[in-house]
Amino acid sequence: MNLWQNYIRPKTLSEAMDAFAHAPRPLIPIAGGTDLLLDLEQGRHSPVQTLIDVTSIAEMTLLELRGDELFIGASVPVNRIALDPLAVRHAQALTEACNLIAGPQVRNVATLGGNVAHALPAADGTIALLALHAQAEISSALGTRRISFKELFLGPGKSALKHGEELIVGFYLPRSTKHQASCFKRIMRPQGVALPILNCAVWLERKTAAIKDIRIAIGPGGGTPFRASQAEDTLRGQPLNETIFESALEALLAQAQFRTSPRRASSDYRQHIVVGLFKDVVETAWRRAQ
Amino acid sequence: MNNNISLIVNEQSYTLESIPGETLSTLLRERLRLTGTKIGCEEAECGACTVLVDGEPVVSCIYPAERADGKSILTIEGLAEHVHEEMKLHPLQEAFVEHGAVQCGFCIPGQIMTAYALLNRNPNPTSDDVRFALKDTLCRCAGYPTIENAILAAAESLRTGEPIKKPHIPDSIHEHKSVGHTHTRHDGMEKVVGTAVFTDDLVFDGMLYAKARRAMIPHGFLTKLDISKARALPGVVAVLTAEDIPGEKTHGLVTFDWPVMVGIGERVRYVGDAIAIVAAETQQIADQASALIEAEFDLQPVITNPVQARQEGVPQIHEKGNLLKHIKVRKGDMEKGFAESDIILEHTFHTQTTDHAFLEPECSIGVPLADGRMEIYCGSQIPYQDREQVARVMGWDQSRVRIVGQLMGGGFGGKEDVMGQIHVAMLADVTKRPVKLLFDRHESLLVHPKRHATQIRVKIGAKKDGRLVASETELYGDTGAYASLGEKVMTRATTHSAGPYDIEHVRADCYAMYTNNPPAGAFRGFGVTQSAFAVESMMDMLAEKLNIEPVELRRMNALHVGSITNTGQELRESVGLMECIDKVSSAMRQVSGLSQDELFKPHAAPDTPQLVRSWGFASAYKNTGLGGGAPDKSGADVELYADGTFQVRSSSAEMGQGLVTVMRLVVAEEMSVPPEQVKVLVMDTDLAPNGGPTTASRQTYVTGNASRYAAKTLRDEITATMAEKFDVRPEQIRFENGIVHVNGHSLTYAEIYKEMTTLGKHPRVRYEYEAPKTQPLGTGGDMHFAFSFGVQAAEVEVNKLTGEVRVLKVISANDVGMAVNPLGLQGQVEGGVMMGLGHALTEEFIVENGYVVTDHLARYRVPGIMLTPEITSIIVEHATAEGPYGAKGVGEICSIPTTPAITNAIYNAVGVRIDRTPVDQELIAREIWEREEK
Repeated sequence: MNLWQNYIRPKTLSEAMDAFAHAPRPLIPIAGGTDLLLDLEQGRHSPVQTLIDVTSIAEMTLLELRGDELFIGASVPVNRIALDPLAVRHAQALTEACNLIAGPQVRNVATLGGNVAHALPAADGTIALLALHAQAEISSALGTRRISFKELFLGPGKSALKHGEELIVGFYLPRSTKHQASCFKRIMRPQGVALPILNCAVWLERKTAAIKDIRIAIGPGGGTPFRASQAEDTLRGQPLNETIFESALEALLAQAQFRTSPRRASSDYRQHIVVGLFKDVVETAWRRAQ
Repeated sequence: MNNNISLIVNEQSYTLESIPGETLSTLLRERLRLTGTKIGCEEAECGACTVLVDGEPVVSCIYPAERADGKSILTIEGLAEHVHEEMKLHPLQEAFVEHGAVQCGFCIPGQIMTAYALLNRNPNPTSDDVRFALKDTLCRCAGYPTIENAILAAAESLRTGEPIKKPHIPDSIHEHKSVGHTHTRHDGMEKVVGTAVFTDDLVFDGMLYAKARRAMIPHGFLTKLDISKARALPGVVAVLTAEDIPGEKTHGLVTFDWPVMVGIGERVRYVGDAIAIVAAETQQIADQASALIEAEFDLQPVITNPVQARQEGVPQIHEKGNLLKHIKVRKGDMEKGFAESDIILEHTFHTQTTDHAFLEPECSIGVPLADGRMEIYCGSQIPYQDREQVARVMGWDQSRVRIVGQLMGGGFGGKEDVMGQIHVAMLADVTKRPVKLLFDRHESLLVHPKRHATQIRVKIGAKKDGRLVASETELYGDTGAYASLGEKVMTRATTHSAGPYDIEHVRADCYAMYTNNPPAGAFRGFGVTQSAFAVESMMDMLAEKLNIEPVELRRMNALHVGSITNTGQELRESVGLMECIDKVSSAMRQVSGLSQDELFKPHAAPDTPQLVRSWGFASAYKNTGLGGGAPDKSGADVELYADGTFQVRSSSAEMGQGLVTVMRLVVAEEMSVPPEQVKVLVMDTDLAPNGGPTTASRQTYVTGNASRYAAKTLRDEITATMAEKFDVRPEQIRFENGIVHVNGHSLTYAEIYKEMTTLGKHPRVRYEYEAPKTQPLGTGGDMHFAFSFGVQAAEVEVNKLTGEVRVLKVISANDVGMAVNPLGLQGQVEGGVMMGLGHALTEEFIVENGYVVTDHLARYRVPGIMLTPEITSIIVEHATAEGPYGAKGVGEICSIPTTPAITNAIYNAVGVRIDRTPVDQELIAREIWEREEK
């Protein structure tokens, strides 16, 4: 009843692909493993023969600017992201989310790759990445491709990744320019599982007194990570004031599906608290974008 | 495809063959025998297993060992420097000991390693930095303030090169040489360097590993049990079932109603009932074999709560029915009382089940000896009752069993019942090999007894001026599948259900009911935590109705010397309640800068009007000792050795609370030696007399007294011997600073030893102390020999939009009679507040239709350092004449008023009355928005 029989530590993507092709199955890539190993141990994940440890693949541990984009390797521990000056500058919402995940001993091994591959619709890292317009780079024996979050997430716990064939290499985020800023916040419940009742990330660009562009992500607002596109449409091009905010809120509440999670939060509680959270996050991002 | 793992651990290189499925913590603990790294949960929740990998702290319990290949690991064992064979502690280690941050010690390696990484990165951290770094490193003794202070002190010492600054802990007001002064733990050193041995750290030659197969159904009859596949699995050495039980089939602490294993045709009463036990060559084989056991059940309807359990026509779980005990308190005349009342209020409260979540899961090792005896290594709060229960089931004389208690990683009442002790004895007896049974966190959560969930209806009558006239309470307690200490716990809940108040007419009825939930038993507070929440909420409701200031209402009714308690006991001394009330009240004003009138009003936080702050207040009392007519005894040995050192021994439990320091200080006091000259041995039924159960805040009192009188008797013997030898009057012999002065001669204790033994007198005394007699409930008279009193005030901040609650400050005053061990006392008080805070805000053990929902630590929130408020401890010392130097218990009282202080503060902040714990922030938000919509 070992959690795994074979443990492979490829150093390059091609070694990883080789392992995908030849290692005993079932197999699964492992990054931090902070969720995966517990899922395996507690029977939420079907047993595997092989773990392919992707934390030593050089390409996947980079965090760097590439042209107009920031690249964050899927195996970069979230603590490194939280403290990285490039990330703080170009993806503040993400660093704020990373700082809130578990404690430092978990953050030092947990990764965004694992977070996203797990495909939970409200994971802190995922929600921040969504608002930051991240694209995932996927590698397989056929080569690499980029995929938007919209295509990546199919449903709760379900991603478009082909299991045992594909790997998330990293994430590309547009780098931040002047008058662009982001923010992430969440609301927790002190009892039970350490999942937020509600989290929210906003990225926006300001043009003098108006919102030039905005992206709003809220979790859990549906079966996949939720973008409040109608609220975004309402706010885009508008000055930020009470009236427009009210309209945006209305659009958000009409579009989001706030469900009831037993022992965590009821749907109407979420609808109630999203008001303050949304306002707070938008206003903070707005101030930062000055 | 298995490779070697090459790694550096504590600057030493190793190359090891990789083992499939191995984690770094297992490699460290089992292959390198570096057992300083502890396993609390194996689910990356508690942080006890933290080690540094290439300088970064990680949880080693879910870190694949193979990933450590090529990396450098630092564990707690690698922190201290060895200079010329002398160990030089790292300043963090030293500071943890000096500041009293070490209690049970189980979490300490994780705390220190995490802090070490922080200080490497940030040599000058703020309190916030420390808290952020230690966010998920749990301490259930909850010495968070001392941990924080220790880290800050170590950081300063590292920066300046100056010695560690010591904490400022006031001495007792009662002046003595040793007792009443701060002294560090004698086991602090081994706990900070990682050499402290807890049960799971032990291995024996040829040791087998055990696993109990649990029923995993809440109620039903076992109809079929097939162990053949398990038995056939290679590596399995024994599979035993109920048929193999040699002696009595049940265990228990008061009532023997808990089956060692449920046999075919017998009733399963909760998910944790054992139906078979396995011993195998490895833990993995044992686990696998357990899973291969096939069982079938005839499922029965499930009794899910105590109110349902008492209804007519429901299934009866035990032969005697579902009622464990109807407990009654009667005083005065209720009809008269309510008739005389100007106002009558009635309300029903509910409290949840909680788990002790001691960080060290249960572990027992049975070791068969060549002479037919059996040693059992375990952490136990009642070693002698473990011995009795094991012997009873084995069909042996008790002398055949020796309980060898190990360091305990917390108990809090949760290690009073036997868990694996009997099972390992059975397996070790059959296999003739040592057998270890270690619970994982999952099994610990499923199986051991919890805090009773209760429903408490309070009806209270008062005069217009606030004087309480009548109190009627009706309690239901969920004692789960087996009695454990349920009857005693609910008795305490009942007798304390009218609060620490002088009330003429009192009636209380309690129904302690069996259900199909996990059993409930002892848990710090012992029922009073629950009833204090109800009555103290009611006091604030009454204060509001009568428009009387809540502190004043309590002052007006507080028990005082001369009061008669609900059970008819006259309080003749040591009632420090009023002083606690006064001191907390004035500290509240001082800390907040508010006037008394302003304290309990809502105050919006500056700049953030949705955050509203206010204070809440609560009082409580709690008996010291078993009471109710139970003989309350403890034995202690004090022995002088040839080198002039002493040893004091008692089979009482040290679970982190600090009894060992108390015993040491007491003997040092009596023998006039420095405390370092006294060694302490506890929890060994062969080597130390029975100290009785470590429960009911009793050990400082009873074992403190036993140690004291044993030492005193030894001193008298020395005096008598020396008087005779030197032909002087006994009064002329003085004991001072480790020297015995006899008429011009000054003898060291080493010389005294020689003198005594030469005369054929072995300097060793056993003393059995018996506390003052008590009376059973219902007979009047003294039900308890002492009470401790406690008052707490909490300042909370409530977010009106989300309902989120933060506790900002807590002031806790406790009348402990006398502060024998001020540093340990501080740890108890702070930890008590945090456990109370957990009960109020974070903790809920959830069972649905008999199935445990909170079966992993990830679903059960133990408060961490981030939730720790600023805690002010005020010690009140109304000495009790019989207690050692005036001391009475503190372990429980310091945790009892926290919950109602917090919930009363929430009401004062936002007007939402919490009548069900834990506090539901959604309910707060909902009440506020519904009110505002109106």
